[in-house]
Amino acid sequence: MNFNLQWTWFHRLGSPRWFYQKTQRWLPWLAIATLALLVTGLVWGLAFAPPDAKQGNSFRIIYLHVPASVVALAGYYIMAISGAVGLIWRIKLSFMLMRSAAPIGAALTFIALVTGAIWGKPTWGAYWVWDARITSMLILLFLYFGVIALRHTYSNNEAADKAGAVLSLVGMVNVPIIYKSVDWWQTLHQPATIKFTGAPSMHPDMFAPLVVMIIGFYSFYSLALILFARAEILRREYRASWVRQLVTNQPAEK
Amino acid sequence: MANNLSGGFKAYLHRDLLIALRDRGDLSKPLMFFLLVAVMVPLAIAPEASKLSAIAPGLIWILALLATLLSIERLFSEDYADGSLEQLLISPNLLMMPILGKITAHWLVIGLPLTLLSPVIAIWFSLPISAMVPMMLSLALGTAVLSLIGAVGAALTLPRQGGVLLALLVMPLYMPVLIFGSATIQAAVDGLNWLAPLAMLAALLAVAIVLCPLAISAGLRIAKNG
Repeated sequence: MNFNLQWTWFHRLGSPRWFYQKTQRWLPWLAIATLALLVTGLVWGLAFAPPDAKQGNSFRIIYLHVPASVVALAGYYIMAISGAVGLIWRIKLSFMLMRSAAPIGAALTFIALVTGAIWGKPTWGAYWVWDARITSMLILLFLYFGVIALRHTYSNNEAADKAGAVLSLVGMVNVPIIYKSVDWWQTLHQPATIKFTGAPSMHPDMFAPLVVMIIGFYSFYSLALILFARAEILRREYRASWVRQLVTNQPAEK
Repeated sequence: MANNLSGGFKAYLHRDLLIALRDRGDLSKPLMFFLLVAVMVPLAIAPEASKLSAIAPGLIWILALLATLLSIERLFSEDYADGSLEQLLISPNLLMMPILGKITAHWLVIGLPLTLLSPVIAIWFSLPISAMVPMMLSLALGTAVLSLIGAVGAALTLPRQGGVLLALLVMPLYMPVLIFGSATIQAAVDGLNWLAPLAMLAALLAVAIVLCPLAISAGLRIAKNG
């Protein structure tokens, strides 16, 4: 009995309706926080942080590139873990979150790759280099594409969700293996012209805006995830009376 | 119980091998593909021994990957079409052993012949004889991993019969096998220690044998309802 009482919050958390109504209140605050963080981080990073000793001003793209990469990678784990939660506890909401996380993660991975290529031109003299981290990000993009593409294989929503969750979990096991093997491959084939001297220690004046941008990207990610998930809830729960009431603005049938 | 477990493995291994032997056309197609693409390469690039041997370690692995990918799609699709997969899914036994039996059969029919054929390609591409044994060992271990990972994709894409989607799902997951497989051959060609990447392939195989059947049985149960 006691056990049941303790777990009610968990089941309420799994209710799409509860999520939809709760996030309604969170959204404005989250949007304000995201905007404030991104604007502060960008202005600070682009205008006030000191230029890099070697790269001059071109290093400033780091304020987009690194946050996008960090959140894209974390997004894969968020997707896979929500899929696992859905598989284990059979919670509809976490499948909806998983499904919403895929396109957002793919977009962020794409941004990370594009900004990396733009940054690569002045720094390395080439838009594309088969560096370990770049290659891993490219593979991550294809892993995201796989999860997105698999969804269209199934006509039945439930089966599509579960298949997507299994694929994301297989990918999650593989991401560290892929990362390490690509890293190992790169040390074997490292071209002579490019040298990574470990993680360069950043000056605090450059690092602080980066932290602000990373937090800002996480908060943007949460905002996007909630908005995608809310749309997904409306699409899937269109038969529910509370959705009908919400959409048509009519009082609920009692 | 133990008898039951190995029974499922043997029964499906035997059954799939029998089907493959009775239908030898299907058996030889991926192997023909493997050889034919290898013939295209000197024609497209250059018949110079130095150029060919430089790309051979990676190329052999890409060919093995494509040949496995071509054949893995059929692993479950015929059983799915004729209903015998349904029989397997409602049986009270564990799914793992029949699945491992089917994958072992696939490896015996595709991976092993590829391994045995690979010296032909090594000679065509003027790889040194000393690299022959490491190459065959890496192919023997690596194609088994390719079959296991490919089977996950085949199970998940069952309602649409694999195709391009299967390749899209599985190729990123093949990356570590490709890296360590070609690294084994490359190390042997360069006279370096090729046991290290080979041991990594063996480790990948050990992990894949444990984890892939879990994902495959989950995938098959989902696909049945999809």
